[in-house]
Amino acid sequence: MEFIHALLEYTFLQKALLTSVMVGIICGVIGCFIILRGMALMGDAISHAVLPGVAISYMLGINFFFGAVLTGVLTAVGIGYVSQNSRIKNDAAIGIIFTAFFAIGIILISLVKSSTDLYHILFGNVLAVRTSDMWITLVIGIIILAAVYFFYKELLVSSFDPTMSAAYGLPNRLIHYFLMTLLTMVTVASLQTVGVILVVAMLITPAATAYLLTNRLSVMIFMSAAFGAISAIFGLFLSLIYNVASGAAIVLVSAFLFTLAFLFSPKQGVLFRTIRARKVKSALRDKSYS
Amino acid sequence: MTYAMSVQNLFVSYHGNEALRNINFNIEKGNLVGIIGPNGAGKSTLLKSLLELIPKDQGTVVVFGKSINEMRKKIAYVPQRSDMDWTFPISVIDTVLLGTYPSLGVFRRPKKKHREWSYHCLEKVGMEKFSQRQIGELSGGQQQRVFLARALAQKADLFCLDEPFVGIDITSEETIVRILKELRDEGKSVFVVHHDLSKANTYFDELILLNKELIDVGPVSEVFRPEIMMKAYESQLTFMKQNEVTV
Ligand SMILES: Nc1ncnc2c1ncn2[C@@H]1O[C@H](COP(=O)(O)OP(=O)(O)OP(=O)(O)O)[C@@H](O)[C@H]1O
Ligand SMILES: [Mg+2]
Repeated sequence: MEFIHALLEYTFLQKALLTSVMVGIICGVIGCFIILRGMALMGDAISHAVLPGVAISYMLGINFFFGAVLTGVLTAVGIGYVSQNSRIKNDAAIGIIFTAFFAIGIILISLVKSSTDLYHILFGNVLAVRTSDMWITLVIGIIILAAVYFFYKELLVSSFDPTMSAAYGLPNRLIHYFLMTLLTMVTVASLQTVGVILVVAMLITPAATAYLLTNRLSVMIFMSAAFGAISAIFGLFLSLIYNVASGAAIVLVSAFLFTLAFLFSPKQGVLFRTIRARKVKSALRDKSYS
Repeated sequence: MTYAMSVQNLFVSYHGNEALRNINFNIEKGNLVGIIGPNGAGKSTLLKSLLELIPKDQGTVVVFGKSINEMRKKIAYVPQRSDMDWTFPISVIDTVLLGTYPSLGVFRRPKKKHREWSYHCLEKVGMEKFSQRQIGELSGGQQQRVFLARALAQKADLFCLDEPFVGIDITSEETIVRILKELRDEGKSVFVVHHDLSKANTYFDELILLNKELIDVGPVSEVFRPEIMMKAYESQLTFMKQNEVTV
């Protein structure tokens, strides 16, 4: 109740809530493609790699969005280049490149900003969301949702059967980098809400939760977006009440939802699987004794 | 005369390791063609390089008198079953519906008539009862039939299947062979990578016998003869003989 009162009263809270919900939704949507394409590591990499971009933007006095997108996309290209042109496997290439970018980022930030700023970028500080940040998040959100809506078919087929999509002439590599660009934008939008370190959780956990509950991609996307939004709302609420970091609270709520699905999902959940297996076994036993 | 497939001087390698050397053949339209050869002979490589899914070092491929890029939408490719992600959240009917995507282009979405057509293709392979299942919840043979239905949904002129008969039940195999023969009788061209020599002579009209190089190509009656088959499978046979000696 108090939360709602506070929400009505303080515009900074409204901004925080709106931004978090949008972040929850777009992380959920893009996250579906990330986990289906087996790119969870890539999500982690890009989220860390935006750090130097943020620092450089700060130095140049421009909005951090531009620098972050630049270094994020550079990282994606770098990883692709190293793994295609050497015997280094994709996961190792990811490990090498994103840590290097992250290290540069830490040095740059510690040069130009205080350690509290670094702390906020790493772990988020949703209550400090400015109006301009909120607008950027909303615009990014709309771009992401529109992109997924318009290219749904292409994203679906190239994720499920890249050989078929290449065979009928879709530019798989372009689609990959397109998705990496969307991923970078999502990460940037999430900076203030959950921070660099925990973005990957918002990308993966709601999507994985939805994955346990449905067998249809379209349904999975909607569910994942809903889980992201719910996590954002409850996380923000908990973070205010208990005065803990908003990013951590949001991530914990989504992990909690995942646990519920993991245990109780009708098809994939541990509980019902065990029950079904028991039933089959006992039916067999009854038969063999009768 | 335009051939269904005309290949000249095709060379393919992976990171400097030669996989195919100087392949040349012409196949006329309306044939059911088997691509056979021992393990690692480059059968999958041939199929993929024909469709330019992997880069070739040299050579030209002409399909129905045109380049691959002009013909892509009219070519249906059924991948090897081991290459697929069977946990993907997609139903059987939606998998078949993917076959209508090439004709739709980028922004158009499949409509009711596309769904009905997909369902019809599913009926042809006898899988309509499973239309709402997730594709992982099927047997190997059923999965293969679903992918054949997807190829049918594409209304292609050229069909390329990579080892469709591996690890599937006999009913599915018979269904698939029957449909491939029907396609051939309608004048379509069908290329099938195949492993099992025992059925090769009853399934196919033409054979492409491969072992890194083209060993032979032509009507089954000419190629499917012990002395020719021996040439392709020689290395495997000598390997087996050596093993017998040591055992
Ligand atoms: N992606 C790859 N990278 C490197 N080498 C490869 C790759 N794919 C295939 N090869 C090599 O190229 C050769 C031909 O492989 P290919 O898969 O075309 O054989 P195949 O005839 O389809 O075999 P199988 O019957 O086992 O499917 C093999 O020696 C294989 O090791
Ligand atoms: Mg093969």
